[in-house]
Amino acid sequence: MGLVPFILKKLLRMAALLIALCILSFWLVSYSPLDPVQAYVGADMTRVSSEQSEMIAEYWGLNKPPLERFLHWGSAVLHGDLGTSMIFRRPVAEVIGERFMASLALMSTAWLLSGVLGFALGAVAGMKQGTWADRLIKWYCFTLASTPAFWLGLLLVMVFAVWLGWFPVGLGVPAGKLADDVTLANRIYHLILPALTLSILGVANVALHTRQKLVDVLASDYILFARARGEKGLQLFWRHGLRNVALPAVTIQFASISELIGGTVLAEQVFSYPGLGQATVQAGLRSDVPLLLGIVIFSALLVFVGNLAADIIYRVVDPRIRKGESA
Amino acid sequence: MNRRQITLITTFCAAILLIGVVVGGLTLGEERLSTNLDIRNASPSLEHPFGTDHLGRDMLTRTLKGLTVSIGVGVIAAAASAAIALVLGMLAATMGKAVDAAISWLIDLFLGVPHLVALILISFTLGGGLKGVVAGIALTHWPSLARIIRAEVMQLRSAEYVQISRRLGKSRWWVASRHILPHLFPQLLVGLVLLFPHAILHEASISFLGFGLSPHQPAIGIILSESMRYLTSGMWWLAFFPGISLLIIVRAFDTLGDNLRLLTDPHRAHQ
Amino acid sequence: MPTQTKSKPILEVEELSISFAQYTSGLRQSSLKVIADLSVSVCPGEIVAVVGSSGSGKSLLAHAILGILPGNAAISGSIRFAGQKLTAEYQEAIRGREIALIPQSVNYLDPLMQVGKQVRNAAKIARGSSPDRAAARKIQREAFARYNLAPEVERLLPFQLSGGMARRVLVATALVSSARLVIADEPTPGLDDAAVRETLGCFRELADQGRGVLLITHDIETALEIADRIAVFYAGTTVEVAPVQDFSGGGEALRHPYTKALWRSLPKNDFAPIPGFQPHPNALPEGCLFQPRCPMATPECTAGRPEMRAVREGMVRCIHAS
Repeated sequence: MGLVPFILKKLLRMAALLIALCILSFWLVSYSPLDPVQAYVGADMTRVSSEQSEMIAEYWGLNKPPLERFLHWGSAVLHGDLGTSMIFRRPVAEVIGERFMASLALMSTAWLLSGVLGFALGAVAGMKQGTWADRLIKWYCFTLASTPAFWLGLLLVMVFAVWLGWFPVGLGVPAGKLADDVTLANRIYHLILPALTLSILGVANVALHTRQKLVDVLASDYILFARARGEKGLQLFWRHGLRNVALPAVTIQFASISELIGGTVLAEQVFSYPGLGQATVQAGLRSDVPLLLGIVIFSALLVFVGNLAADIIYRVVDPRIRKGESA
Repeated sequence: MNRRQITLITTFCAAILLIGVVVGGLTLGEERLSTNLDIRNASPSLEHPFGTDHLGRDMLTRTLKGLTVSIGVGVIAAAASAAIALVLGMLAATMGKAVDAAISWLIDLFLGVPHLVALILISFTLGGGLKGVVAGIALTHWPSLARIIRAEVMQLRSAEYVQISRRLGKSRWWVASRHILPHLFPQLLVGLVLLFPHAILHEASISFLGFGLSPHQPAIGIILSESMRYLTSGMWWLAFFPGISLLIIVRAFDTLGDNLRLLTDPHRAHQ
Repeated sequence: MPTQTKSKPILEVEELSISFAQYTSGLRQSSLKVIADLSVSVCPGEIVAVVGSSGSGKSLLAHAILGILPGNAAISGSIRFAGQKLTAEYQEAIRGREIALIPQSVNYLDPLMQVGKQVRNAAKIARGSSPDRAAARKIQREAFARYNLAPEVERLLPFQLSGGMARRVLVATALVSSARLVIADEPTPGLDDAAVRETLGCFRELADQGRGVLLITHDIETALEIADRIAVFYAGTTVEVAPVQDFSGGGEALRHPYTKALWRSLPKNDFAPIPGFQPHPNALPEGCLFQPRCPMATPECTAGRPEMRAVREGMVRCIHAS
């Protein structure tokens, strides 16, 4: 299969999955016992009369049967309109876009940092398989995999923000500053701790994967033959290890976006970082159904795009697939 | 000491630790949790190894009870998830191509949404609380185990003795209960134990975010969430000890599962 | 065909044993001896074939000589290269320079590296610490030209090669190394007749350049065609080393009953199969390893393992041989 038909097929599958996801999520939230009207009004439900409450429901179309509501919502989504967020009182697409830009800085920093660091650790562990360095790295990675992300965030806050006072305790920008006065330096300063939290955690997956792959490569016949030809140590790694391990590592990093999003939700909550993760929690806690649905679909889209990128990279970069097709 | 003996010993230690925590959590008296303002905000001491909180409650007792709740919720949810995985995995392997394709599609769908986002959605749907957490974890954690079970059943079905049984006219049910399920059991057990750490971590995370158990059921996530309010006051023990205890418990379950896999996997028997 | 050369052997393997640590039952660790008391030697300009059935651990002999056995292997006995004992350091120093391996299949080439580059790497290493790109390229091109590999082949990846091409590339890695000893591990399976003949021709050529060639194979007919001496491998050891001329007629010149039976089992002779199976390394019989299947076995055969001894122009491990 050529690259274009391959991508088209993947996109088609992705579209089908997204549609199914829309139906499933809408069906789920329509059964929630939580009252969306309350989300709109806020905590002061007692001050709202039942007539007012009904008017609000009418305004949001909440009193219509679920199917009708779904068709209404679904056709709007198809036109790119995700509805209006009840807590932000702004279009969902706008809220997601803005929050995502903040999260993107955080996620991409963590993604790159954890990828590079994880690959390096995995490569060292794999090359030194069975030594104390390998055991230490493995132990570290397994422990990280068992570490609650939010707790690691709390630890970093305690050490670096409370004790050492190097970093702010929270918020994406300094409190009390106007949006226009916020500089890039301000943003980066507030980004470091949450990005560090996510990077430290993200290392485990790619490091263990790289290590395993490298161990497999080193046990392969072609490494045996390379050693028989007199190659050894780092030379073996640069000539044969790196090229056979790099591609799987990049792929696994792209395919791990799902976990990265999960970690972002927790890290943003701990550091009060105003990104998409925090919006997810707010939407859930305060029953902002349109925003919650929008975020579910958007996060699924991110995961699909990550997986698709992994697939495409594999096909474009791996010469066995690339040349095998043209031949 | 060789590798296999070390494996057995670590398995044993992990199991003892987990049992110890649960027994401790169930038997420790409520009196250490009563409000006692004389000793509030005390840093760790011999009397209170994990310190006390703003109401003077012993943090060690709270941590053990919180962990017990989290382990309980995690184990129930993981078991439910494993049951889903078993049913769907077997259906995918035995009911023909169409069902197989449908289930593999379903797996893609569930893997497509980040776990935590899906957990928030499901928990929201069920109005939060215990049932939201259990249902959320059960519904999000089955896909990988279902894939393993599907592959295993496929392999068993093509095995000769199963083929012969089928030709002898044994019913599907007979084949499934006599040949397939018994062979599946070790895989299922290992898969289940390996689900525990994920389930417990996710339970803690979702409770931490405020979607899980109510503050009246002090699961470990809630204890940690409360501790966040006292971070700036320098009361580090409120977050440190419960968190590291959670980490150790999750790691113990992980070790247990991995070791069980090593011990039951015939391919690794010589390593 | 040149008969046994009188020069000093380039390789002498004496009483080589290789064992592996493994778990037997429960928690016990034991060692499994896969090769026991194996002796063989190779002279410059000579092709010696080690012949034994597939999967009997013959490849380990090659790995032991090169010092690339896995970590859980333990070896005893002695291996000498050009009269000097092969220690781990010495092996590391001469691997790829003095001793070259020709492996079994294309799987031994890096799947993601162009084959020309892999041959050039071999040439560079063989020429010591100062790798010269242009010189390496020249050597590689000459080797390719010699084995009828088109110039564009150097830019192909291993999966794009045909079986015969892959084999010639593998032989080229040995040719460019200028090694004095070439070890070929099962170089012929899966090839058609023409490719086999071509590969064997390459070995003869390597030997005629004055190198020693150790050919490890399960295919006795191939070995007979090309080798000067044949070492017969049975149940982890050599039972006989014989000049190739002894394999003729009814096998009267052969020394060991197993060798005779093997010779008679060939399609061009009686095509008579040898009854029974080779014993597994953890269930070896008492005394002579071949005794349970041997038509000439006597009670003395169970008394102890026969020593390797010289009989006529060869060596044999049988108390009855003469």
